Amino acid sequence: MASESQKKGAQSPETRPLLFLAEYETAGDVFHAAEHVRDAGYEKWDVHTPFPVHGMDKAMGLKDSKVAWIVLVMGLTGCTTAFLMMWWMNGHDYPLVIGGKPGFSLPSMIPVMFELTVLLSAFGAVFGMLGINQLPKHWHPVFFSDRFERCSDDRFFISIEAADPKFDLEETKALLEGTHPSHVELISEEVEQ
Amino acid sequence: MGYKKPIEQLDERHLVSEGTTFAQVTEIVSRVTEQKAPRLWWILFGISTSVTGVLGLTIGYLLWTGIGVWGNNSPVAWAWDITNFVWWIGIGHAGTLISAVLYLFRQYWRTAINRFSEAMTIFAVICALMFPTIHAGRPWFLYFSLPIPNQMNMWPNFKSPLLWDVFAVSTYFTVSLLFWYVGLVPDFATLRDRAKNKFRKWIYGFVALGWRGSNRHWSNYERAYLILAALSTPLVLSVHSVVSFDFATSVEPGWHTTIFPPYFVAGAVFSGFAMVMTLLIIARTVYGLHDLVRIRHLELMNKIMLTTGSLVGYAYAMEFFIAWYSGNPYERFVFINRAMGDYWWAYWSMITCNVISPQLFWFKKLRTNIPVMFIVSIVINVGMWFERFVIIVTSLHHDYLPSAWGNFSPTIFDILTYVGSLGLFFTAFLLFLRWLPMIAIAEVKMVMPQADPHLGHGDEEHGEDHHDDATAVPAMAEE
Repeated sequence: MASESQKKGAQSPETRPLLFLAEYETAGDVFHAAEHVRDAGYEKWDVHTPFPVHGMDKAMGLKDSKVAWIVLVMGLTGCTTAFLMMWWMNGHDYPLVIGGKPGFSLPSMIPVMFELTVLLSAFGAVFGMLGINQLPKHWHPVFFSDRFERCSDDRFFISIEAADPKFDLEETKALLEGTHPSHVELISEEVEQ
Repeated sequence: MGYKKPIEQLDERHLVSEGTTFAQVTEIVSRVTEQKAPRLWWILFGISTSVTGVLGLTIGYLLWTGIGVWGNNSPVAWAWDITNFVWWIGIGHAGTLISAVLYLFRQYWRTAINRFSEAMTIFAVICALMFPTIHAGRPWFLYFSLPIPNQMNMWPNFKSPLLWDVFAVSTYFTVSLLFWYVGLVPDFATLRDRAKNKFRKWIYGFVALGWRGSNRHWSNYERAYLILAALSTPLVLSVHSVVSFDFATSVEPGWHTTIFPPYFVAGAVFSGFAMVMTLLIIARTVYGLHDLVRIRHLELMNKIMLTTGSLVGYAYAMEFFIAWYSGNPYERFVFINRAMGDYWWAYWSMITCNVISPQLFWFKKLRTNIPVMFIVSIVINVGMWFERFVIIVTSLHHDYLPSAWGNFSPTIFDILTYVGSLGLFFTAFLLFLRWLPMIAIAEVKMVMPQADPHLGHGDEEHGEDHHDDATAVPAMAEE
């Protein structure tokens, strides 16, 4: 089964393995397979699903997401920036007397402070998430597989990268084949001579 | 998150028609963007782009001549333009409510309608932003409202609610756009993977950011999504509150009331749900989405409209009571004038459309009847427009001294700008239906029974799989 749909792998003997890709039919299958791969001690591997599968983080042994910390920092930055901006502009640099109100007055600053907190937090959430995920990234070995197109439809995949210290052409394949996949393939790239 | 079996004792059923597969969900939603548009789409698109063209001409003429082409004049300096602004902003609110508030409350029936209503939010806010921009008279000086150095060496006045509005509405637009886009990324990947021609693959691939369904990504993605929902919830409440401050902080009888922020928010949600309902019924019928958008979804939306409509009715009554109870003769006069003065017909249209018509939804027969809910949703939108008109115009036209009284009547350009903004909205919406997945594919799959990794088999041997039942998806009750 291995290396059948890889990029021109058959003609060129000089190929380097990139990753193993195992395909599963159901969320349950991929869930239990992920537990096996986790218990086997792999590190550079991933599960690919069309939607987030409940409990998969635990099945993969992932740590908690760090996005919230970025949001916290950004939110505090937004709040402080808004406060300093209004204090400096209306209270210090050029106080405007309108309706006899003081130049610097905290109650009237609350709405803008709130809005900038939310705005910068949202930037933190979205761009922080993309940053941690290293997206956009349009090149990835999983895209070499034609079967992988169904990953955004109704199939579930596990990929184990060749860069993983435990990666072994025979053992890793045997491990994946023992988890009831519907298909296992090796993705390789040509090595330039 | 995940899937939880419907509780039979509570008479719950599945969120998606039974027997629907993942592939069918992908197919039902994606094919709309892949096939030729139906004839009805072209007819509607033709009409709405023509109307948008009229809008362009009207605005061009208005900018060339000045905003005197509108009927606004002292003492009614705010009229249709601000009415339209508040109306459109309010419509936008349902999108955020559905995508954020219902998400936090784990109301998973939202998955069928959230993409749709978020799109509606974005387009409604664009239409809304247009009105104060033109109303300011010289839009090319709009940068005066931003905290950037200008030739007058002055900074904006941060104590003005109008400036808060600039920050609130632009933040709202930006955050809604980000929320919408984040939700779209996995579905763009679906369209990319299904694409047959290179051009489509390139475009959808570009916007999908190289999404590969990685669980390491989903983990951060879901956290970011949750945080965005948690941010949008107070944001959406703040936006219409700030809009109401434009009125409430003035010393105008009929405007200067503390009930305005909650009253405006309730009205916003009410009108937004009505607009979602109108659009959803059309799209569901045209594109055959009956398996994903079920009668039950529509019924739940009608219940929300009944609730918010009644809240709005309560606010109308309470305003009247406080006007009397305050003992302020100007305040009393303005409210009596609303109901019985020159604009009595607008007031009673508002009461009929907003308070009386949603009461039909007390009856299950009526709230599950598509023609009835379609008509009521349009009636509510009309009523909510009248609400803003009544608040703005009746307060301004007769306030304190009779020597400063006046009346307002719209000109043809008032009407054309308003109708034109509807054209702009529908043009954007039709383009959205044509090119983007109108239902959140990944989110719908997540609430289907097959999405549960513990479905049916092999659970006993994996005792360590912890289910956090508090976060599991509650299925939908169905009588």
